[in-house]
Amino acid sequence: MSDTALPQIEPSPMLELLAGFIVELREAGLPVSLTENLDAVEAVTHIPIEDRSAFKYALGATLVKNHTHWQAFETVFEVYFSLRGSQYAMEGEAGEAGEFEFDEEGSDQAGAGQGEGQGQGQGGGSGMSPEELAQMLYQALQRGDQGMMKALARQAVRRYAGMEPGRPVGGTYYLYRTLRNLDLDSVMERLMDSARQDAIDNDEDLSSLDERLQQDEIKARIEQLKKEIEAEIRRMLVADRGVEAMARTLRKPLPEDVDFMHATREEMAKLRTAIYPLTRKLAAKLARKRKYGRRGALDFRKMVRASLSYGGVPADPKFRIPRPHKPEIFVIADISGSVAAFARFTLHLVYAISNQFSKVRAFVFIDGLDEVTDYFDNVDDIAEAIHRVNTEADVVWVDGHSDYGHAFGVFWEKYGKDVGPKTTVLILGDARNNYHASQSWIIKEIQDKARSVFWLNPEPQNYWDTGDSIVGEYGDHCDGVYEVRNLRHLETFVEKLV
Amino acid sequence: MTERFSDVATVRSALADVDYLADDGIAGVVFLAERLGKPVLVEGPAGTGKTQLAKSVAEIAGARLIRLQCYEGLDESKALYEWNYKKQLLRIQAERNHDESWEDLEDDIFSDEFLLTRPLLEAIRADEPIVLLIDEVDRVEIETEALLLEILSDYQVSIPELGTIEAKQIPMVFLTSNNTRELSEALKRRCLYLHVDYPDLEREKQIVTTKVPEISDNLADQIARVVRSIRQLELKKHPSVSETLDWAHTLLLLGIDKIDEEVATDTINILLKYQSDIKRAVKEFSSGDTFDS
Repeated sequence: MSDTALPQIEPSPMLELLAGFIVELREAGLPVSLTENLDAVEAVTHIPIEDRSAFKYALGATLVKNHTHWQAFETVFEVYFSLRGSQYAMEGEAGEAGEFEFDEEGSDQAGAGQGEGQGQGQGGGSGMSPEELAQMLYQALQRGDQGMMKALARQAVRRYAGMEPGRPVGGTYYLYRTLRNLDLDSVMERLMDSARQDAIDNDEDLSSLDERLQQDEIKARIEQLKKEIEAEIRRMLVADRGVEAMARTLRKPLPEDVDFMHATREEMAKLRTAIYPLTRKLAAKLARKRKYGRRGALDFRKMVRASLSYGGVPADPKFRIPRPHKPEIFVIADISGSVAAFARFTLHLVYAISNQFSKVRAFVFIDGLDEVTDYFDNVDDIAEAIHRVNTEADVVWVDGHSDYGHAFGVFWEKYGKDVGPKTTVLILGDARNNYHASQSWIIKEIQDKARSVFWLNPEPQNYWDTGDSIVGEYGDHCDGVYEVRNLRHLETFVEKLV
Repeated sequence: MTERFSDVATVRSALADVDYLADDGIAGVVFLAERLGKPVLVEGPAGTGKTQLAKSVAEIAGARLIRLQCYEGLDESKALYEWNYKKQLLRIQAERNHDESWEDLEDDIFSDEFLLTRPLLEAIRADEPIVLLIDEVDRVEIETEALLLEILSDYQVSIPELGTIEAKQIPMVFLTSNNTRELSEALKRRCLYLHVDYPDLEREKQIVTTKVPEISDNLADQIARVVRSIRQLELKKHPSVSETLDWAHTLLLLGIDKIDEEVATDTINILLKYQSDIKRAVKEFSSGDTFDS
């Protein structure tokens, strides 16, 4: 990254620091261009690194141009700048720089079980018993005292996380241990009880609205505390293992790269919010394409006619206006456990751009098959309809394990006659058939009748045809089998489809 | 260019003086934009004060605000400049009886006198300090976006007949976007990026008390808390800051000093604009047993 070194800027520790930081950002998948890099270099000459939040925003404004990448940026930033030698120690933390090291004391304490009382008199100068710590935490949360919460988070991590230098476990493990010992759920109960008690003392009635607000407030404070604890753990881990190693373990995929099949609950929620702007953008893009991309082949007849007014000179070429076909889409989706999320996102996307198709029909199956097109009629909330699909559709025939063969059989019998030359059939699933009969002749029949048949598989390609997956057998009769594992793949496919 | 602000804190307090409460991120980016002489691309949900930011910056910098509202179909002649061709025609007609050479005439009709300046060119040519606001830039087509590139990176406009017009002073440029589509890389690269999100509890409360000074502290606090809780629900459209302010005004007019369920249910249509959202929020807030969930 020596290309950041402009002639007039001497290589400085700052510059090296930035270069390393940018490499790390790129590793995390953020597209940082050279100009942006230069901007960042210039920006930090105006912002002192001691003003940490301003410094972060300065880097953010120059390097991150997409809000969905902000979180990834923030993580890298926290790791990278949390502990860059004492000369970069942030204000307010400078005095405590020594504390970051794993002193004897700290590990002793960790060794002594969960610090049950043993930590007394040792804990970095503050001799609190666990009860006292809990009590102080309770008070800090009640008052919403930020500084106190920060200090207590530090205490709690030191006492409960049981960190051992060099131990190869992730931050989540320590977080879990700390939180388990703090038992924040019961703290929350106590806070709510005391809020209710206060209301009674003041002779007021705590209405359900007040209660709700109070609850949200406490939740926000506890969230804040959790963040502090996480940050503290991260700081200690960085101190232990070094920046590069930590950045690597903390690296998380960007929302559009999250794998459908292995998304955590948190990632799922993010995906759900990510799909809204995505569909909107896709719809706008397609509409625009349709509007402007219209220039067809030369219309000879029309041109000759027009030439008559110029005395037979073909001065004004006429073109056919292309009539882009609007395909009919049949979506046949496996909604059994593992691939349900994938089906949900695909249905969502297909319906969001349903005005690009003349008709969309949706079928879902596990081992039985049901048409769910009605659920999508006249609803303005696609997510709601999809929720209904997952709860109400009658898709279980025998045991609720995927049986592609039987499901296709039902489809062919009931709806096969509706498949015509305008129909594009999308089949979504991992083709894990639990060793049932494949009935792949049905796919062949469908292919013969339909315009095209595509199979979308949420599994990575190297898992295909392993175990009970028979995607190859079906794939022989499809016009294309695609690996669609994340939003980015899905977007590309849908765009191609239209 | 003279430095208007000495540090981030100055920007922040100056903005606060004109009733715009900036957080660290906003103030920092404004400060940087001024120092680096770069445009700022402001993105975020509707109604979080993106346009207001540009206006407020213009106010504190004592600059004139030139605004270009973008829409689908915006083109060069509306954004940059246009030749006043009716006047040019008149000029040619008037010359018909004289014996002026074609070259002279051509020079004449393609001169400043016949040029109609549009917002972008106007911002470039102005002598006094300028804040240029290019509003809702995501509405123009991706091809039109390219029109902005020259002015954003070099602060100049090229007119084939006249040559290149360079800026007399570097204007501060704000572009706002509601993110209905992805802006091109080229545009993003030239800008500093600022995402303005809904404010946190404290800031929202401050905004309410600043903009609605007659309100009691207690009520402002309650308003901010109710709005925060509503924003945590999964809704189609979350209440924006301007809607929060509308609500505060309404409550004030109704002479309410404490929000209870009834008040909230009766006036929630000011905060939420979709029937399904309203239903959902009312349901959430009226049933006390959601507490354990």
